Amino acid sequence: MDNILAFGAASDQAGRVDGLFVMITVIGGFFFFLTQGMLIYFAVKYRRRLPGRDNETPAITGSPLLEFLWILIPSIVVVVIFYYGWRVYTDQRIPVAGATEVYVNARQWMYEIKYPDGRTAINEIRVPAGRPVKFILSASDVLHGFYLPDFRVKMDMIPGRVTTLWVQPERPGSYQIYCTVYCGTGHSNMLARLIVMPQGDYAEWVEHGGGEGGEHEPLAVRGERVAKNAGCLSCHAVGGAEKVGPGWKGLFGSNVPLEGGKTATADEEYLRESIVDPGAKVVKGFPNVMPTYKTTLSKEDIDAVVEYLKTLK
Amino acid sequence: MSAPPSGHSDPRVAFETAKLGLWTFLATEVLLFGALFTAYTVFRVKYPALFQSEHLKLNRVLGTLNTVVLITSSLTVALGVEAIRRGKARLLEKYYGVTVLLGAVFLCVKYIEWTEEFHHGLYPGTNIFFSLYFMMTGLHGIHVLLGMGVLSYVIVLSRRGRLSEAWYTPAELSGLYWHFVDLVWIYLLPLLYLIG
Amino acid sequence: MAEEIRSGRGYLAERGWRSWAYTMDHKRIGVMYLYTTIAFFFVGGIFALLLRLELLSPQAMYFSNHTYNVFFTLHGAMMIFLFVIPAIPSGLGNFFIPLHIGARDVAFPRINLASYWVFVAGFLVVIGSLVSPMDTGWTFYTPYSAKTGAAVTTLSLGIFLIGMSSILTGLNFIVTIHKLRAPGMTWHRMPLFIWGMYATSIIQVVATPVVGVTFLLLAMERIFGVAFFDPAKGGDPVLFQHFFWFYSHPVVYVMILPAMGIISEVIPVFSRKPIFGYNAIAYSSLAIAFLGFLVWGHHMFTSAMSPLANAIFSFMTFFVAVPTAVKVFNWIATLYKGSITFEAPMLYALTFIFLFAVGGLTGPFLGALATDVQLHDTYFVVAHFHYTMMGGTVMGFFAGLHYWFPKMTGKMLNEKVARVAWALVFIGFNVAFFTMFIAGVRGMPRRYAEYLPKFHVENVISTIGAAILAAGIAVMFWNFLQGLRKGTPAPGNPWRALTLEWKTPPVPITENFHEIPVVTDWPYGYGKVEGPPA
Repeated sequence: MDNILAFGAASDQAGRVDGLFVMITVIGGFFFFLTQGMLIYFAVKYRRRLPGRDNETPAITGSPLLEFLWILIPSIVVVVIFYYGWRVYTDQRIPVAGATEVYVNARQWMYEIKYPDGRTAINEIRVPAGRPVKFILSASDVLHGFYLPDFRVKMDMIPGRVTTLWVQPERPGSYQIYCTVYCGTGHSNMLARLIVMPQGDYAEWVEHGGGEGGEHEPLAVRGERVAKNAGCLSCHAVGGAEKVGPGWKGLFGSNVPLEGGKTATADEEYLRESIVDPGAKVVKGFPNVMPTYKTTLSKEDIDAVVEYLKTLK
Repeated sequence: MSAPPSGHSDPRVAFETAKLGLWTFLATEVLLFGALFTAYTVFRVKYPALFQSEHLKLNRVLGTLNTVVLITSSLTVALGVEAIRRGKARLLEKYYGVTVLLGAVFLCVKYIEWTEEFHHGLYPGTNIFFSLYFMMTGLHGIHVLLGMGVLSYVIVLSRRGRLSEAWYTPAELSGLYWHFVDLVWIYLLPLLYLIG
Repeated sequence: MAEEIRSGRGYLAERGWRSWAYTMDHKRIGVMYLYTTIAFFFVGGIFALLLRLELLSPQAMYFSNHTYNVFFTLHGAMMIFLFVIPAIPSGLGNFFIPLHIGARDVAFPRINLASYWVFVAGFLVVIGSLVSPMDTGWTFYTPYSAKTGAAVTTLSLGIFLIGMSSILTGLNFIVTIHKLRAPGMTWHRMPLFIWGMYATSIIQVVATPVVGVTFLLLAMERIFGVAFFDPAKGGDPVLFQHFFWFYSHPVVYVMILPAMGIISEVIPVFSRKPIFGYNAIAYSSLAIAFLGFLVWGHHMFTSAMSPLANAIFSFMTFFVAVPTAVKVFNWIATLYKGSITFEAPMLYALTFIFLFAVGGLTGPFLGALATDVQLHDTYFVVAHFHYTMMGGTVMGFFAGLHYWFPKMTGKMLNEKVARVAWALVFIGFNVAFFTMFIAGVRGMPRRYAEYLPKFHVENVISTIGAAILAAGIAVMFWNFLQGLRKGTPAPGNPWRALTLEWKTPPVPITENFHEIPVVTDWPYGYGKVEGPPA
C-alpha cells in the first residue's frame, strides 16, 4: 500500500496527521509564493534600466508598523500550527483502552515479535483490523527505530528502556515497517511488515497456532518461508551475491574457509551450528556479527532451513 | 617576536580588552563544567539511593584538606596580584611560587585519594556515581595542572623583568583563572563528598 | 608598509611559507582558513557524489552497505565540522571583521593564529581516524558509537580540538567587536555582518564547550567504561542526544547567521538602497542566538521524552522561526524601489533568500509534533537541512566569495562564467534536493544504503541533480582559479559600497588603514538618504 505524497492513510489517526500536513503545506505555500513572488516581482520591476546609471532610489530605511505586523502575524500563525500539531500528537500518544499488546524487541538486525499468548515471530506482526493495538518496544543492543509510514507514526527503540506506540488499523493489508535509527551495517535491511487481517481470518490464525503452511508442507518450502521471515535474507543472498554474510548459493556441501586458517565442510551439523552459535565458526573475510537464533527458531524450523539450503545449488 | 599590532595603544583599554577575553574564556569553562554538573543532577535525581551509599566511600578528610589547600592558594595568588600592583615583582614571584606549590599538594592529595579508591575496586566504570566522581575531579585536576603551568609562566615573565605596576596583565588574568579553578572545587566538594 | 603600497600587492606582498605559517595578520589567517575549509568542501562533496552514485540503484551496486555507511558519516562530519561551521566565520569573518569596524587586527592576533593551527591539528587527527573509519552517522549516537570497533575515540579527540579552535575564534571576535571599533562607530553604525558575527560568536563560546564534553565522555566510555550513556550500568543513551543537540542545534545558527550577515551586506549594495529595518535585522540576530538554545529537543521528539517536554520544545521551535522570517521580509523590502543589478554576488544573495525560504518553510512540518513523528529520520529532514545549510549558508558563502573576491585578491572575476556556474548550481541544487522531500513524505528513511524499489525514481532524479550541481561548482571554482591567475585588476571599490573595507586600496595593506578612520555615519547611506534610522 503506497502513499503518494500525503495520501493513503491507513488509520483515522494517520488521516488527522495528513490534515495537519496539508494545512502546513497550504500556509507555507501561501507565504512562499507571497514572499518569493514579491522578490521576483521587485527584482524585475526595479532593475536598473539604464546601463551605468542608477534609478533614483528613495530614502526608506524602515517602517515600525511593518515590523510590528510581520512579527505579529507570523507569531500567530506559528502558534496555530503548534497547537494543531500538539493536539494531533497528544491523541497519538494516548493509547485507546482495550488495545491488544504486542511486544517488539529490536536487535541488530531484526525485530523479534512476542504476542501475549507466547507466540513469537520475526519481522512480521499480525493484528486484526478495526481494533487498537499497542506496541511495546525495546532494544537489546543499540538504538533502533520503529516506523510505520502508512500510519504516520514512529518511535525509537532504546536499550534499557521501554517505549510504546499504538495504532488502530482500519483496512486489511500488508504495511511496511522500517528501522529509522542508524544501527549498523544491516540498518537498511532491517525491514518488517505489519499484516492487518480481517477479524475472522485473524481469529482463525490465532486458533491454529499462528504461521502459514499446512501440515504437509515440504520441509524445504517451510525452510524458505522461515528464512524469509526470520530475517536471514537481510544478510544472506541466495542468488550468488555477497551481503553482510556469506551467500547461500552452492553453500551446502562446499568447503568453507574459516577465520584462523581452518576449513569446514558445510554439512547439516555445520549449518545447524551456524544458526544457533554463529560465533563458533566464522567464515574467513566476514565479520562476526550474526545473532544467534537459539531461542527464536524451533528445532523443526532449523531443520527446515537446512533443507532449504540444500536446494540452493 | 615583537608584539603584534593591537587595536589600542591606550594601555588601560588594552588591559580591559585582555580582561574581557579572559572572562569570555571563563564563560566557556562554566559551560564545560556545567554540562557535567547537569549530568550529575540528572543521575542524582534518578538514583538517590546510589548517591547516598556511594558518596560515603569517598575520603572526606582528604577532600576537606584539599579544599583548605585550594582556598589558601587563592589567597596567595590574590596577594601575588596585589604585590605586583604595587610593583613588587619579587614578592609576586614568592606568592605565586607558594600557589604553584599548593597546587602540587592538591594534585598529590588527589593522587592519594584516587589510588585509595582504585585499591578498593572503585573505578570510573564501576557505577554512575564513580563515573561522575572521576570525570569531574579528573577534569578539574587537569585545570589545576594547566593553572600551575600558567602561573609558572607568569613567574618566568616576572623574573625576566617584564612585569611592573604599569603592566601586570598576565598576573591579573592568571589570578582570575586560578580563582575560577578554586570556585569549581568549592562546588564539587559538597556535591560529591558531602550531600547525602 | 611602503613595499606593500609600492608593489600594489598590499598584505600579500611578503612571500615565503614562513610569512604565512607564522603570520598574525588576520587577513592571511582568513585566507588560510578559506583554502582549508574549501578543500574539505571538495572532499565532503566527493563523498556526496559517491553516495548519490550508489543510490542510483536500490540494491548495493558499487560498494558494500558498510562502505556506503562510512561515506555518509564522513560526508556529514566533514561538511559540518570542517566546512560549514568554520568557512564563513574563520575565513571571511577573520578577513573582514577588523576591516568592517575600522581596526588594524583582531583583539588577540596570536590566539587567532593558534586557532588556525589547533584547527589543523584537529583535522589531522580526524583524518588519522580514517584508518578505521566509522559508520555512526555524524551524530554519533550511543550505544552504537560507544560499542563499534572503529576509531571513534580518535575522531572524538579530533572534534574536541576543532571545537577548541572554534571557541578561540568566537572569543576573539567578541572581544574585538566590543573593544576595537573605530572612533565614532557606535553599535548602531556597525555593518550588519558584524551583528551577525557577534551573535554567532556568542553561540560558539556558549555551545561548543558542551559538545567538547560530549565527545570527551564518549571517549571515556570507550576507554574507561564510564557509565553515563551505558544502559547496563544505569546510564542513559538518550542523555548523549541531549548533550549532543544542546550544541548541535545552536550550531546551525552558527552556520546561518554569518551567511545572513553577508546577505544583509550584498542586498543594499546591489539595490543602491539603504537596508530596510536595520534595527530589526540586528536584533533578530541576537534573538535567534538566544532562542536557538531553547529548542534542541526537537531533534528528539521520538526519543521517549515526556509529552510535556516535547510540547515545550515544539512551541519554542516555532518561535525561533519568527526573527528569521523578519530578516527575509526586511531583505525583500530593501529591493522595493531600488536600482537592482544582478552581478554574481547579488544572484547568490537572491538565491539564498529563495532557497532558504524553502528550507525555512519546511521547518514547521518538523517543528509540529504530529508531522515530525511522521517525517523524522526520513529524507524529508535531509532535504530540509540541505535547503537551509546549502541553499542557505553555502549560497551565502558563495555570495561572499564573489562579493569580496576583488578585495581579497585585487582581481575581478569573469562575470559571464560566474553566471553560467550560478545557473547550473541553482538548477542542479533544486533537482537534487527537492525530490528528497517527496521521497521522505512517501516514507523513505535516511541513512539507507539500500532502499525499496518504489523510491527508485526520486533517487535517480536526485543523482542527476547532484551531477548538475557538481558541474556548476566546478565551473565556479575554475572561475576563481582563472580570476586569481589572470583576472583584470580590480579597483578599490568595484561595487561602490560604503562599508570600510572598500575604502582601502584594491589589496589592503597589512595594517589595513594608514590612519584609523573616524566614523560619522552608518554604512547604508545609498540613494537619497537623510541619515540612519532613529
